[in-house]
Amino acid sequence: MSLVGARVLRKEDPRLLTGQGTFVDDIQPVGCLHAAFVMSSCAHAELVSIDARAALAMPGVVGVWTAADFLDYPDLPGGLPELERPALARNRVRFAGEPLAVVVAESRYQVADAVAAVEVEYQELDSVTDVTLAAGPDAPLLFEHHGSNVITKVPMLDDLERELERCDQRAHLRLVNQRCAAVPIEASACLADWGVEGLTLWATFQAPHHLRNYLATWLDLPQNLCRVIAPDVGGGFGAKIPWYPELFIAPLLSKWLRRPVKFTQTRSEAMVQMTHGRDQVHDVDVGFDNDGRIKALRFIISQNLGAYPDPTGLGLAVLTSWMAAGCYDIAKVATSFRTVVTNTTPVAAYRGAGRPEAAYSIERMVDLVALRTGLDPAEVRRRNFISPKAFPYKTHNDPVVYDSGDFPQALAECLRLVDYEEVRRRQAATRNDPDAPLIGVGLSCWLEIAGFGPNGSLEGFGHLASWESAQVRIHPDGSAVVFAGSSPHGQGHETTFAQIASDELGIPFDRISVRFGDTATVIQGIGTMGSRGVPTSGSAVKMASVTVLGRAKKIAAHLLEAAEEDLEVLDNAFSVRGTPGKKVSWGDVAWASFQPLRLPEELSAGSLEERLFMESPNFSYPSGAYACVVEIDRRTGRITIDKMVLIDDCGTVINPLLAEGQVHGGVAQGIAQALFEQVVFDPDSGQPQTTNLIDYLVPSAPDLPDYVAGRITTLCPNNPLGAKGIGESGAVGAPAAVVNAVLDALSGFGVEHLDMPVTSEKVWHVLQGGQQ
Amino acid sequence: MIPAPFRHITVETVEEALAALVEFGDEARLLAGGHSLLPLMKLRLATPAVLIDISGISGMDTVQVDGDHLLVGALTRHRTLELSDLVAREAPLLGHVAGLVGDPQVRNRGTIGGSIAHADPAADLPCALVALDGVVGLRSVTGAQREVRAEEFFTGFWSSVMEPDEMITHFRIPRTGSAGWAYEKYTARAQDWATVAVACVAGRVVLGAMSDTPLRASAVEQAIASGATAAEAALTAHEGTNPSGDLRASAEYRAHLATVLTERVLLRSGYGI
Ligand SMILES: Cc1cc2nc3c(=O)[nH]c(=O)nc-3n(C[C@H](O)[C@H](O)[C@H](O)COP(=O)(O)OP(=O)(O)OC[C@H]3O[C@@H](n4cnc5c(N)ncnc54)[C@H](O)[C@@H]3O)c2cc1C
Repeated sequence: MSLVGARVLRKEDPRLLTGQGTFVDDIQPVGCLHAAFVMSSCAHAELVSIDARAALAMPGVVGVWTAADFLDYPDLPGGLPELERPALARNRVRFAGEPLAVVVAESRYQVADAVAAVEVEYQELDSVTDVTLAAGPDAPLLFEHHGSNVITKVPMLDDLERELERCDQRAHLRLVNQRCAAVPIEASACLADWGVEGLTLWATFQAPHHLRNYLATWLDLPQNLCRVIAPDVGGGFGAKIPWYPELFIAPLLSKWLRRPVKFTQTRSEAMVQMTHGRDQVHDVDVGFDNDGRIKALRFIISQNLGAYPDPTGLGLAVLTSWMAAGCYDIAKVATSFRTVVTNTTPVAAYRGAGRPEAAYSIERMVDLVALRTGLDPAEVRRRNFISPKAFPYKTHNDPVVYDSGDFPQALAECLRLVDYEEVRRRQAATRNDPDAPLIGVGLSCWLEIAGFGPNGSLEGFGHLASWESAQVRIHPDGSAVVFAGSSPHGQGHETTFAQIASDELGIPFDRISVRFGDTATVIQGIGTMGSRGVPTSGSAVKMASVTVLGRAKKIAAHLLEAAEEDLEVLDNAFSVRGTPGKKVSWGDVAWASFQPLRLPEELSAGSLEERLFMESPNFSYPSGAYACVVEIDRRTGRITIDKMVLIDDCGTVINPLLAEGQVHGGVAQGIAQALFEQVVFDPDSGQPQTTNLIDYLVPSAPDLPDYVAGRITTLCPNNPLGAKGIGESGAVGAPAAVVNAVLDALSGFGVEHLDMPVTSEKVWHVLQGGQQ
Repeated sequence: MIPAPFRHITVETVEEALAALVEFGDEARLLAGGHSLLPLMKLRLATPAVLIDISGISGMDTVQVDGDHLLVGALTRHRTLELSDLVAREAPLLGHVAGLVGDPQVRNRGTIGGSIAHADPAADLPCALVALDGVVGLRSVTGAQREVRAEEFFTGFWSSVMEPDEMITHFRIPRTGSAGWAYEKYTARAQDWATVAVACVAGRVVLGAMSDTPLRASAVEQAIASGATAAEAALTAHEGTNPSGDLRASAEYRAHLATVLTERVLLRSGYGI
């Protein structure tokens, strides 16, 4: 029986669910010191002075360091020339919360007290937090030498004005994709131990090899002496790929102080120091005919980068522009973008990274076309879908060639499960009943780009390369260990990769372990992000396993004195087809594989081991159709999600249990963006207003509906598993479904758009205007 | 999220607690369930040098009948109130409201004494206690005891008539029994502090989060008494209120919610038509 596709329970759960996981803060070496940062209390200021005398006199305090102590070291890696972020703010602070000094003490409590005692004098400057204002002529500049807050600009060659004019109708929306915080349960943490044999850094991170490569360079340390370990990681969502000061400073402090140094971020610190996501403003124009056919799309993106351009942050708008047309066949598409610095926390990847923004806006626009033409939103989608026969489908952007999909089928399945006709009937029947809630149904036929594996795709974000690696090793007893280059932060690689290996090798699931996250034991890897784990790393596991099995068969054939072609792998053994009883166990083959006297000539000892770097010819394009049914209380505006139907197409599913888990979590974050969450800065002072989970409204389980999940499958032709990736789907698809549902419920009230988060108060304002 | 240094002392009797309050003066705070005080300390919004832990005082966490009243110990946990059959029978509003506080972890730790002493205008139990016309039992180090009507207890945001050398020992709550009651809590997310709350029991209507204390909606009560419908009476709900605007709601929206919720509690508790 194939394990791929089976609902196998997670290998990692017993450990994680019984509190036996090992997160960075669980590691407590003897003599460990604790570091904490003094954070800027101003959004934009010149640093006049930092007075640490009182702090230095406090019990347990070992020292206080400022930018002046790091002058021999470069700024944080990966920035744009002249716009790099210093490890500690130097002369100028550019966002509230920016670290400007580091304190080390014997205990975590002592260091917190000492941080509070450091006195900083600022000369405040005008600040700007809004992307449109920051790009304007009168904005205070973050980098005067750059001459503008606009950092990159990719204009369009043709603004499509003529095409838009030629259509029967045209429509425009300005859509704000608000700033969100990733809020992983485990905030940032690292532990550096620089001993006589070099440095070991434990860090909660999504890409440990990436960190090792840059850290070693930064420290001018040979990589053999620089080991990075990502132990159990409590969520990342993209916010554990960027470079943070602690990752570079903790190692140096450990070197200088000759003791282990730990940094564990608090939630309040995380809310301002961990990179945020989204924060794009879109100006979108569509031209369409009265039959609902969309002929032209103009999509202009402004990306708020925060205070320092992060390599991923700079790439978000690229991905948005690539995916601007979603799953629609639109004759003319033009995109442009600019990226802009502001006095806010830097912005980088957050689950979906640029694609949720695209999916949201195009799906809102399609609904607007339905509204303007009087057609049903489902019908407008059907009329504009890319045909299932059109793949591979070349889009308006050269590198983007959609691999496969069946958008009409996904929508049909979604409409069936949500019982679309029935919802529409209920909606009509209750529309004029003042005591009944307003009912709305929203669709989101989304498409994203994932499986970041093609050569060149991650290099642009500062990564070494884009392949992913795997190594499969058979022990002498026939059990196996798989080393994966991509290091997980909750996804379940230990389970899915063991399923893949088990199917290919014929070794039982329980006799396969998966290891990752340690640069000393895992050959070079890239990381877990961009829904690439299964398509790239999983495919590497598969192909390495295939190679190992081929060699094992040679050994088995040699031992059995049979022909390789006659062998089959069954019940953990190699047997000769048609000759019952003539077999050799996997364990015997593995044992023999280390004994030169028992090996066929072409193999040498230790050959049941293979490492492989999986390159991908193209990306993968997960897609799906989501539907959301909401009820709105006519008096308060309260929105209740009644039903949420999720049809995903992620190609091959390795483990439905884990795939559903990914979708549930992603949809929760999508609903959170649609209805609840928003990072807020005071527009005048630049002060963050959402620095804890009282003010930043992360929803919890009772806020979320039961999900009805379904699936269609079109295989990805670009990797041997046929998998597309599922990690980000929910976050990409859900926001538009929810917001479309709310707007649908309000369709009698003369409103065409509401920005996220769509709060009950915003709805109430619309309701006050009355039915039209 | 790391509190400033403090000393933690445990006491076993009310007398010890009060003596410690006098000994350490301004420096000290009582610690009950810790679910308001500790978050403030972690944000360094409160920096007491001494915590006098009263959670080990025995006999102060029970609910008993005392004539026309329920006698509720100050250390009674929200969860105890939520699950108590006695409370459900004699003062059902109290048990219901206790069950809406935070999440199960919060209810397992938080105490009614702590919630009332903390005097947060958006909290649930203060609103309910005023609606129930409950009484706060206080004791000071001199042994002096006094009882203050809940309605007169709260004086402002996080402040009350309680003196620094006093502590709450108990509450006396009228046995409203089968009298009509209802509570509406409007929240920005399922588990949250009230954006606006309205309690109604035995003809008394009280608004939460509409001012710096729980607020008796006298105009509403009078309107009902003089025969107004629930909808008519509810239109006066915002009279005398002073709601704030914040990330959860504007003052204007709060005023609107107060009207809607008031009408709902009136209808559900059987007042007005
Ligand atoms: C996540 C979370 C969610 C919450 N949600 C809600 C909610 O939805 N609704 C709501 O109403 N509340 C909510 N709360 C607050 C919760 O109800 C608190 O438990 C309660 O407000 C305080 O009770 P406590 O026993 O924990 O008091 P503590 O935190 O121990 O003390 C609070 C204050 O009261 C003083 N104090 C305590 N006992 C006495 C006494 N006997 N005499 C005099 N002074 C005393 C203390 O000195 C301190 O100043 C929430 C709290 C958390 C952490």
